[in-house]
Amino acid sequence: MDQTVVFLTIVGMCAVTYIPRALPMLALASRSLPDVAIRWLSFIPTAVLSALLLPSLLVHDASLNLSLGNVFLWAGIPAFVLAVCTRSFFGTVALGMAIVAGSRYFFT
Amino acid sequence: MECRQSSWSEALRRVSPLGMGYLPVGVAFGVLAQKAGLSELNIVIMSVLVYAGSAQLIAVGMFAAGMPPLSIVITTFVVNLRHLLMSAALAPYVRSWKLWEMAWFCGEMTDETFAVHSTRFNDDDVCKSLSFRINLLAHSIWVLASWIGAMAGSSIPDVKPLGMDFALPAMFIALLAMQAKNGLHWLVAGFSGLMSVALMQAGFDQWSVIAATVLGATLGAGVETWTRR
Repeated sequence: MDQTVVFLTIVGMCAVTYIPRALPMLALASRSLPDVAIRWLSFIPTAVLSALLLPSLLVHDASLNLSLGNVFLWAGIPAFVLAVCTRSFFGTVALGMAIVAGSRYFFT
Repeated sequence: MECRQSSWSEALRRVSPLGMGYLPVGVAFGVLAQKAGLSELNIVIMSVLVYAGSAQLIAVGMFAAGMPPLSIVITTFVVNLRHLLMSAALAPYVRSWKLWEMAWFCGEMTDETFAVHSTRFNDDDVCKSLSFRINLLAHSIWVLASWIGAMAGSSIPDVKPLGMDFALPAMFIALLAMQAKNGLHWLVAGFSGLMSVALMQAGFDQWSVIAATVLGATLGAGVETWTRR
């Protein structure tokens, strides 16, 4: 892999990550957004996280997988329950990875 | 600016729960990035400059799949667009700060540090030096964890037995649970998630995430506007 291309991609990623982080704070230091925009933006985190999550659990190798063999799906459910109950970032990640590791160890 | 407690130990106390989350994800990122063929230096640079866990993990997957740099950058933009709202939410509290202080502060704003700062600011603790110490510690933990992963990567033959490939979905689950505050949020989550799967299955894999996000947020804003009348 060409590390210069990787580096330039990283610089691009840095720029597009920094803009949404900085723009509202710098622009809103003296005024505020219209109501509708705030309402719409308030759903962005939920919508984007779920749009990223569901395919990662349900789609493997470009096809839908709802079988018992889909470890990610069956690890995702208990991790989700723990996340909703405890809101613990570490607990959710640790439990999810442990279930995936464990089921691969015992069932494959 | 009043500071009740601004010592490094106070910052560490605030950062420790978040740091516990950064460690496994950061190490997983480092290992997966090493496997994808990124150099140790580029792995550390990415954690210093980009500092966005989910976007970094997605980028590594895309590098491994040989995707073009432009689509990696566009995907990063879409994934990190959610920080717009967080930045807007913290804006009223930091109005008295200098411009360069704001500019620096938001460069280190992640989902997790946002959660810490919004809790603090709501408690009337807007101490500037503590804010910067918390950010610096959290960022250092992230960089350090990535570096450990990058170094360990070559001695780990396969990440699958360790479940590291599940770090990213697990992170989305944890962040989603923190974000979804009520029934309408869960409706939006369900709609966007299924829409994203459906669009991907229909062959729109490049645009499925952004389209599902925009449609989901529009549905949420629409329902909220309509029910409030």
